[in-house]
Amino acid sequence: MGALSGAHPIPLVALVGNPNCGKTALFNVLTGSRQKVANYAGVTVERKEGALLTPSGSRVRILDLPGAYSLDPLTPDEQVTADVLLGRRAGESAPDFVVCVTDATNLRQNLRLVLSLRRLGLPMVVALNMTDIARRKGIVIDAERLARELGVPVVETVGVKASGAKPLIEMLDSAAIPARTAGAFEWRTPTSADIEQDQAEVRRILGAVGGDRIDGVTFSDKLDAIVLHPVLGPVILAAILFLVFQAVFAWAQVPMDAIKAGVGAFAAWIGQAMPESLLKGLLVDGVLAGVGSVFVFLPQIIILFFFILLLEDSGYLPRAAFLLDRLMGSVGLSGRAFIPLLSSFACAIPGIMATRTIQNPRDRLATIMIAPLMTCSARLPVYALIIGAFIPRRTLWGGLQLQGLVLFVLYIAGVAGAMGVAYVLKRAGAASRFQALMLELPTYHWPSLRNLAIGLWQRVEIFLSRVGTIILSLMVILWALSSFPAPPPGATGPAIQYSIAGYLGSWLAVIFKPIGFNWQISIALVPGLAAREVAVGALGTVYALSATGEDVSGALTPLISHSWSLPTALSLLAWYVFAPQCLSTLATVKRETNSWRYPIIMAAYLFALAYLGSFITFRVATALSHLG
Amino acid sequence: MHLKYQPPGAKQRAHEAQRTRGAALSAAGMKLTDLKTGARARVVSVVPAEGAAPQELERRLAELGFLPGEAVRVVARGLLSREPLAVRVGTGTFALRLFEAACIRVCPEQTPAA
Repeated sequence: MGALSGAHPIPLVALVGNPNCGKTALFNVLTGSRQKVANYAGVTVERKEGALLTPSGSRVRILDLPGAYSLDPLTPDEQVTADVLLGRRAGESAPDFVVCVTDATNLRQNLRLVLSLRRLGLPMVVALNMTDIARRKGIVIDAERLARELGVPVVETVGVKASGAKPLIEMLDSAAIPARTAGAFEWRTPTSADIEQDQAEVRRILGAVGGDRIDGVTFSDKLDAIVLHPVLGPVILAAILFLVFQAVFAWAQVPMDAIKAGVGAFAAWIGQAMPESLLKGLLVDGVLAGVGSVFVFLPQIIILFFFILLLEDSGYLPRAAFLLDRLMGSVGLSGRAFIPLLSSFACAIPGIMATRTIQNPRDRLATIMIAPLMTCSARLPVYALIIGAFIPRRTLWGGLQLQGLVLFVLYIAGVAGAMGVAYVLKRAGAASRFQALMLELPTYHWPSLRNLAIGLWQRVEIFLSRVGTIILSLMVILWALSSFPAPPPGATGPAIQYSIAGYLGSWLAVIFKPIGFNWQISIALVPGLAAREVAVGALGTVYALSATGEDVSGALTPLISHSWSLPTALSLLAWYVFAPQCLSTLATVKRETNSWRYPIIMAAYLFALAYLGSFITFRVATALSHLG
Repeated sequence: MHLKYQPPGAKQRAHEAQRTRGAALSAAGMKLTDLKTGARARVVSVVPAEGAAPQELERRLAELGFLPGEAVRVVARGLLSREPLAVRVGTGTFALRLFEAACIRVCPEQTPAA
């Protein structure tokens, strides 16, 4: 294993490079991992570790690090990279070997970091990544010459291809790696003059190796002329978002009906095949009614993520940030807040972690505080259930579906709420006066089908494992709480009314009565704190148990559309626009801010907003329904 | 709302720059914010930000590649208050807010590069 087998039994190799040069794609190929990759800067904000077994059978630890423009960090994610490289990270020495990943189409920028890294004195190799795209663009780089000019080995890689890392693996496996040159070194922050000098050196090297083609007007430029157009751009953005929400309802109907029918048939089969027992009650009322009612929403979640992944992979997301920058700036948000906020549409947890790319701590905190107002995918089942039950399947003008429109409005309501809160925070002095943008607009790529398929499969896995673990176990607990103690002899109402959950629900209903929630909804809100979709499952279980006789068909939709008034349904929708965060989000906020203060403030303000929003919605809707 | 950064006499200077075609520009160059969309220019210098903008701004811009001699072009601008700007520098494109772009001094190219 040559120089790699040094002081450590298992050598540590760090992948370093500018943002969005394909480090994580290469990491995935090297280690067989499936870390998230996308076409924008700042996808990786943490140090990730994996293992590579080389052809000759030695093990190498591979580190994926957040992208950095320099070794002098300005943001928390860059800090991670600098700390690891300079050996400042607690309990970890500097890596034994550095792979400096470069984007072959953008060497003019990437080589400066190579020069900085070379100064560190660590053994290194330059990976000339994305050579496939460079070749397609007609950029030819003389890799051998580049290696001579830099005095560092250079290998060509293609991070998006399974075989694309072969030369790099061979390099890591061979003994041809230079040993660490200097022992201790003092890292000195370069001045502007140093950077200029580096750039002069980069120009000289590029002149020697080729690849210094500054394209006239590229395909990306032509696309940007339309996509970033002051008038056309926002119209296109609105159209894309609109299409997504329409598709979530229009395309999901068939598979959802199939799942519903499947779950219903299974419940019916169990109902006949099993004798009346406690176990049967648990299976039918607890597991199938609860878990089944969440599982139905899988197709909608897949459709939503299909679009999110397409947008992420194509390079459109930073353009959307560009178009919305003025709006974000007007409420005091950093332009860099856009991508963390957009990630929060999947789940607030990665969104809050992505705020590490924001430089100013106050701007970062403001973004963290509003991230949960972005409608996360766990809220989709709640919205979809209520919309499906109360909003008629009507087609408005131009083939527009009313249900999709209502969903769109709910997402917009969350965004509007977030903007309002951001504005209040700004007035309260929680945001800095000058918020940096400096966002890289990457070259557009055709989304890779492989990437899309892996990404979607991961979402399915995440959803199914949530359904199978947290949701299933909560459903079982809820079923038990709703079934015991058994009703006294001669009781007339459904058994659940005499159970622990029934009593708890009737207490909670006192609090929630002013906003129109009955005791069934009140009880469902509690497990909803663990994961939002659970609220849907909980309603399934609670209604299955409180229904008497034959109307338990396993389908929740007709049940609630009969037993709730429209104002109640609208009020519950309003509640979930703001609803206090799931506990794991609050735990993430605690970890990222290193204080209990912010998660407590967050939970309190969201609860207050949710209550207020629901109260107004319920009262207004009730008044209107009396008028009509 | 805080005051938006508005360079004094920006319009006149932009006109002047158009007329002189970059030939008789002062050594300081013009602000990147005054460059017409689509026009090609070269970076002359990156100056410290005005007012209370963060001090690291200058260094970060240099790290992104806004370095003397590099080719720049404004690819697009926002609708309102002409912010943000999409700026091509070398082979990369960055979105900048006005106060960021105002730190970059450029000299327009006389003829479009071949």
